Amino acid sequence: MFRKKSTSAGSAKDRLQLVLIQDRTNLSALDLDQLKNEILEVLARYVDIDRRAVNISMEQDGREQRLRADIPLKAATRANRR
Amino acid sequence: MTAKVITITSGKGGVGKTTNAANIAAALALTGDKVVCIDGDIGLRNLDVVLGLENRIVYDLVDVVEGRCRLAQAMIKDKRIPDFFLIPAAQTRDKSAVSPSDMVNLCDQLRPDFDWIVIDCPAGIERGFRNALAPADLVLVITNPEISAVRDADRIIGLVEAEEKGPAKLILNRVSIDMVKRGDMLAADDVVDLLAIELIGIVPEDPNVLVSSNQGVPVVLNEKTKVGKAFRNIALRIKGEQVPFLDLDEKDNFFGRLGKVFRGANH
Repeated sequence: MFRKKSTSAGSAKDRLQLVLIQDRTNLSALDLDQLKNEILEVLARYVDIDRRAVNISMEQDGREQRLRADIPLKAATRANRR
Repeated sequence: MTAKVITITSGKGGVGKTTNAANIAAALALTGDKVVCIDGDIGLRNLDVVLGLENRIVYDLVDVVEGRCRLAQAMIKDKRIPDFFLIPAAQTRDKSAVSPSDMVNLCDQLRPDFDWIVIDCPAGIERGFRNALAPADLVLVITNPEISAVRDADRIIGLVEAEEKGPAKLILNRVSIDMVKRGDMLAADDVVDLLAIELIGIVPEDPNVLVSSNQGVPVVLNEKTKVGKAFRNIALRIKGEQVPFLDLDEKDNFFGRLGKVFRGANH
């Protein structure tokens, strides 16, 4: 409402958003990173992906958590199709 | 009558569970309903002093459960509010003296004679919490706009859901509107976004709460305070009425303004 993102209440809300997801899923920030890396490793075995374009995140939907993955695939080129 | 059991809980200590239990129970009784409150904090009893009934305790919750007295003997009748009773906690025992099924049985005995049974839950998520949760029909989670209290509230809400006692409803206690406006306190909307449960009360920070507990008089009995009004509104919402949330920003009521006029004239 009358608040900029830089207020202390704003940082409380941002921090709580992350910590509540970790509490509810029992996944720490480190666990989530590892989960992402393992997902990417598996995907890379089948398709060509640009790791920097990948977005895997945990979102809150009411009192439920959702793991959302946006993984753009690279077009197969003649050379690597072979 | 078949009483509904309201359990007041928070996870974290010191957020205002006992104050809320005392005042919501008293506010329900002030609407003309018959109310008994139970102090579930065995070993650390407090509801008796907040209500100003500490000098009238003969028997307690553990005496009832262990059969040393009849249920009626452990109920202290408040002399200020009609049909308002307290069953105090034992002070010299611990939470293991009572089991969740003891609490269910106790509430089942009380239900025919009351409209509401209000249980003040101890802090934490152990036995005392399980005891208070077991008979609950409605769980009210109290939190403060403070990061640790909100986190613990989320944990409690999850446990209440897991026990199929949900959906819990939320009371945001000790809101200072000036700090919210400065951006230094989570607003009710923020807390509701984070916890994703229905809000049933916003209680303003108010020195009258301390004054009232000093005197052993529930602040709802003080008609002039905004905090008393907030508790009375919670009672009405519990009873199913649609009551808008108070405008905490509107500082002065009519009498406040009138007082200022007189004080100004005396200068």
